[in-house]
Amino acid sequence: MADNVKPRVRVPRSAVAGEAFEIKTLISHKMESGQRKDSDGNPIPRSIINHFSCDFNGENVMQAMLEGAISTNPYFQFEAVIQESGTFTFTWLDDDGSEYTDSKDITVG
Amino acid sequence: MKKMKKFTLSATVAASLAFFAGTASAQVSDALEVDGTVISTTAPAPDFLDIDQVLSGWLFRTPETRALQTDDFDNPGMVFVDQAIDDWNAVDGSEGKSCASCHTNGPEEFAGLRAELPRWDEAQGKVMNMEDYINLSRVEHMGAEPLKWAKPRMDAMVALISLQSRGMPINVAIDGPVADMWEQGRELYYTRVGQLDMACANCHEDNYGVMIRADHLSQGQINGFPVYRLKNSKLNSVHARFSGCMKNIRAQPFAVGGEEFRALELYVASRGNGLSAEGPSVRN
Amino acid sequence: MKFTRRDTLAMGAGAAVATFMPMQAFADANDEAVMAFTGDADIMDEGVELTAPEIAENGNTVPISVSAPGAVSILILATGNPAPRVIEFSFGPLAGAQSASTRCRLAGTQDIVALAKMADGSIKRATSIVKVTIGGCGG
Repeated sequence: MADNVKPRVRVPRSAVAGEAFEIKTLISHKMESGQRKDSDGNPIPRSIINHFSCDFNGENVMQAMLEGAISTNPYFQFEAVIQESGTFTFTWLDDDGSEYTDSKDITVG
Repeated sequence: MKKMKKFTLSATVAASLAFFAGTASAQVSDALEVDGTVISTTAPAPDFLDIDQVLSGWLFRTPETRALQTDDFDNPGMVFVDQAIDDWNAVDGSEGKSCASCHTNGPEEFAGLRAELPRWDEAQGKVMNMEDYINLSRVEHMGAEPLKWAKPRMDAMVALISLQSRGMPINVAIDGPVADMWEQGRELYYTRVGQLDMACANCHEDNYGVMIRADHLSQGQINGFPVYRLKNSKLNSVHARFSGCMKNIRAQPFAVGGEEFRALELYVASRGNGLSAEGPSVRN
Repeated sequence: MKFTRRDTLAMGAGAAVATFMPMQAFADANDEAVMAFTGDADIMDEGVELTAPEIAENGNTVPISVSAPGAVSILILATGNPAPRVIEFSFGPLAGAQSASTRCRLAGTQDIVALAKMADGSIKRATSIVKVTIGGCGG
């Protein structure tokens, strides 16, 4: 597991059924691109988050395949639309096999 | 002289801001507000300056860069504030204490502190920076190792404490027991150094608002420190930035945490009196 | 060692080829990335909105947004990067819109391309040039 990896997500506490709303996520990660060289001229191996997904009650909202061109501390903003109360789960997959997750409950009023 | 400078300022800054605004996709106004906290990005210049207005570096950035600072979720500097909160609650040192053990009201206890630093501390008998206060607590109260200046743990803790003063006007005292040190800082600000033979003032007083190659020269204000820079994707401390500036003018930088940079920080901080504390800010 | 005029000409030609080669390699990598995503489908320059700054102050963190109503997935390519693929978004049944924003790294001034795959397999495209500035005093 890379150092100091900390997911942050912003989801509203409540939503209206069938109305789209915004979700933002950010995870602290160095996203070593694999394109850089160290001071001795040797390539620094790639070490990135390569996959992200957001699901709600087991159904998918959005997923992304990330490459080395995504900036340090990967950030996403996207929209979701739901019909009932439940839980969003967020999953980030690291090149080293680690999985980072976060979840947020939301009420449909 | 003052009139002349005013004309130059309004013409160049307005022109360049308009230039960026015209090409931008993001819509950001010149007013900065974060979660309801209004941040003053302009203020009347302190009396000792020969310019009319002091301007936050935020105004000199593109709308896209500015937008990053308008929402704490979008501000990458806040990642480090989160890390500092963990550090705040972590026990360290021989006394078995964390920051939270003594500061039971949380980092909020330090609201206003950033706006006054550096300042004279009678008990310590010297001018204190934020880093000094953090290490004083760590060494004397926690029995922990001092944090190294301009390193991630220190910069993150400085960001967490600076954040508590966000929106408050910078109000750094320049007289009384700090007068000599302030004068030394002023001297440094106007002294040409390095192979390019430049002083801070050559860029940040005489030429702010103009482009230096593709970079838009700011007034070099430090009200927004620590600053998250897109360039290196991390928080940057005041002294680290001074050091970078000196390298750019091909000068041998003074020591981070040393006497010269302490004096310069005091002086440069006071040049921003009236602007809001902004840290952690976002710059290019 | 002495250089004849002929040697010098040959070296010049070699240098020209050498400088041309990486461009060719970039183009191939872009073509491959596009082909892998689009297959044989025709590409239409409509139906995708790609938002990127015209001028990026630093290539390290460039905000980009894409929106393509009805898309199943959207691929973003940075055509001037050593590896052109930036990100591929796929939208599930609970997506509130087929749009997303992120931040990417650009090696220099270049075209950014967004390709959207629609439910019927057709491909839509948008292109935007981003000028990446190099600071006069980046220190």
